[in-house]
Amino acid sequence: MLTAIFHRLFTALIGIAGVSLLVFFLIHLIPGDPVDVMLGESASAADRAALREALGLDQPVPVQLGQYLSGLAQGDLGQSLHSRRPITELLAERLPATAELAVIALGITLLVAVPLGVMAAARHRTLWDQGAMTFSLLGVSIPNFWLGPLLILLFSVALGWLPVSGRDAPGSVILPALTLGLSLAAVLSRMVRSTLLEVLHEDFIRTARAKGLSERGVMWRHALPNAMLPIITVIGLQLGTLLAGAVITEQVFSWPGIGLLTIEAIQSRDYPVVQACVLLIACTYVFVNMLTDMLYAVIDPRIRLGEA
Amino acid sequence: MRWIPSVLILLWALMALSAQLLPLDPDRIDLAAILASPIEAGGLGYDDLGRSLFDRLLMGAHTSFLVAIGVITLSAIIGTWLGAMSAYLGGTFDVIIVRIIDMFLAFPGILLAIALAGILGPGIENVVLALTIVGWVGFARLARAQVLSLKHRDHVQAAEALGIGRARILLRHLIPLALAPLIVEATFGVASIVIAEAGLSFLGLGVQPPEASWGSMIRDGTRYLLVAPHMVLVPGIAMFAVVLGINLLGDQLRDRLDVRSRAARAN
Repeated sequence: MLTAIFHRLFTALIGIAGVSLLVFFLIHLIPGDPVDVMLGESASAADRAALREALGLDQPVPVQLGQYLSGLAQGDLGQSLHSRRPITELLAERLPATAELAVIALGITLLVAVPLGVMAAARHRTLWDQGAMTFSLLGVSIPNFWLGPLLILLFSVALGWLPVSGRDAPGSVILPALTLGLSLAAVLSRMVRSTLLEVLHEDFIRTARAKGLSERGVMWRHALPNAMLPIITVIGLQLGTLLAGAVITEQVFSWPGIGLLTIEAIQSRDYPVVQACVLLIACTYVFVNMLTDMLYAVIDPRIRLGEA
Repeated sequence: MRWIPSVLILLWALMALSAQLLPLDPDRIDLAAILASPIEAGGLGYDDLGRSLFDRLLMGAHTSFLVAIGVITLSAIIGTWLGAMSAYLGGTFDVIIVRIIDMFLAFPGILLAIALAGILGPGIENVVLALTIVGWVGFARLARAQVLSLKHRDHVQAAEALGIGRARILLRHLIPLALAPLIVEATFGVASIVIAEAGLSFLGLGVQPPEASWGSMIRDGTRYLLVAPHMVLVPGIAMFAVVLGINLLGDQLRDRLDVRSRAARAN
C-alpha cells in the first residue's frame, strides 16, 4: 500500500509540475509585448524597463523559467502590479472566503445528491425516479451565472429572505453555496443512481435480501457502501469543477474569494496575480484528486489489503 | 416526445440564421423604452439602454451558434486526429501526446478557458481559440482509447499488408469505427461550449459591446434584477432551452449508438 501511495504522490507532483509549466507559459501568450499590454502604450521608457526587469522579461526564457520555478519552490509568487503587495498575502486574504463557500456548497451537494440518487435507484422506473432524473437534467442545463440571478430573484427580491451579495450580512453564503451546490448535485445524483443500480444486481444483494433484511437495510448497509468508490471519484473531480465554478459564482454574488480576485486581476491586467490564482486553483484540484485516490484505500478493504 | 430536442436545436439554428437575414437593429436605442418589460412595450421588452431584447436575443443566438460550430469543428478535428495518431503510431509520439493530455486534464476546463480568454483579450476569435485549446483534449483522449482497442483488428492488419499508407488507414479504417462515441462526445461538447461562451461573455471576457451574447445580456440584467427581471429571464430561458435540447439529444444518441457499456445499459 505504501508503494501505491508513493506512486500516487509522484503522479500528483508531475501534475503540479505540468500545471506550473502551463501557467508559466500563459504570460507568453499575451499578444504583442506583455509590458505594453500591462502599462498601456503611453508609459515612459523607464517604467517599461522597470516592469520588464521586475517580471524578469529581459532575461532569456529558460532563465525566466528557472527563476519562476525557484520562486515557486520558496513559496514566492511575486508582487501584484496593481496593489504592489506580495501575491501570497492577497491569496491568503481571499482564501478563507472561497474555502467557506466550497465547503458549504459541497455539503449541499451531498445532502441533495445522495438521498436523491438513492431514492431514484430504490424506486427505479417510478415517478420518483423520473422526477429525480428530471431534476438532474434541469440542473445540468442551467449554468451558474443564470441560476444565481434566478435564486436572487426568488429569495432576495420576491421573498426578501436573503442578502443579494457580499459576505458581510448573515446568511450571505447561502445563495452562492446553493448555486454552486445544486448544479453539482445534478451531476452527482445521476452518478449515485446509476452506480447503485449496478450494485443492486450483485449476488450479495440477493443474499442480503434472502436472509430477510429490510430494503432499507439492503440499500444503506450493503448497496451504498459498495457504490462509494465511483461516487467518491466523481466528488473529487467535482471539487475541481466547484473551485472553477466559484470563479463565476463569486462574480455573480460579489463574494470576495479567489475567483473574484482572478476576475479583478484579469480586468486590471495584473497578470502575475492571474497566474497565481490559476496556479492555486489547479494545484488544489490536483491535490484533491490525489486525496480522493488515497481515500479509496481507506474505504475499500480490497485495496487496503493489497488484493486489487 | 422524441422530437423535442431536435426542434429546440433547429429553433436555435433558425434564430442564428435569421439574425443574418432579418433587418434587425440590435444597437438601436429607444430612450422611451428603457427597461420596458414585454407587457409594457410588447415583443420581449427592452434593456437598460432601450435596445430591443428580441433583436439582441437573435444576435446572441448567432454568436453562440457560430462559436459552438467553430469550436466543436476545430477541437473534434484536432483532437481526434492527434489522439488517433498517437494510439496508432505509439512510441515516443504517443508518450508525448499522453503527457500533454494529462497536463491539460490537471486543469478544470473552464478555469483554463477563463485564464486564456483573459490573457488573449476579448473578442469572438479569442473565445473560439481559448475554448478550442481546452476542448480538443476530450476528443484526443477518447479517440486514442478507441483506436488503441481497434488497431490490432484483422482488417487493419490486412490493410497494412496491402501496403496502404498510415494516414489512409487512420482515415478510412480506424477513425470511422471510432466515430460513435466521438459523436456523443461532440453533442455534449456543444452544450458545454454554449454555456462556456455565455460564461466568458458574462465575465466580460467574450464578445465585446455592442455585440450581443446571451452571457453578456444576463450580465447586464443582473444589475436591474429589481426593476427589469425580464433582462435576465429572456436570454436565460433561450440558453436553457438550447442546452436542454442538446443534452436530451446527447442522451438519445448515446442510447441509439449503443455507446454505454452493457452493464450500464441493463438498467
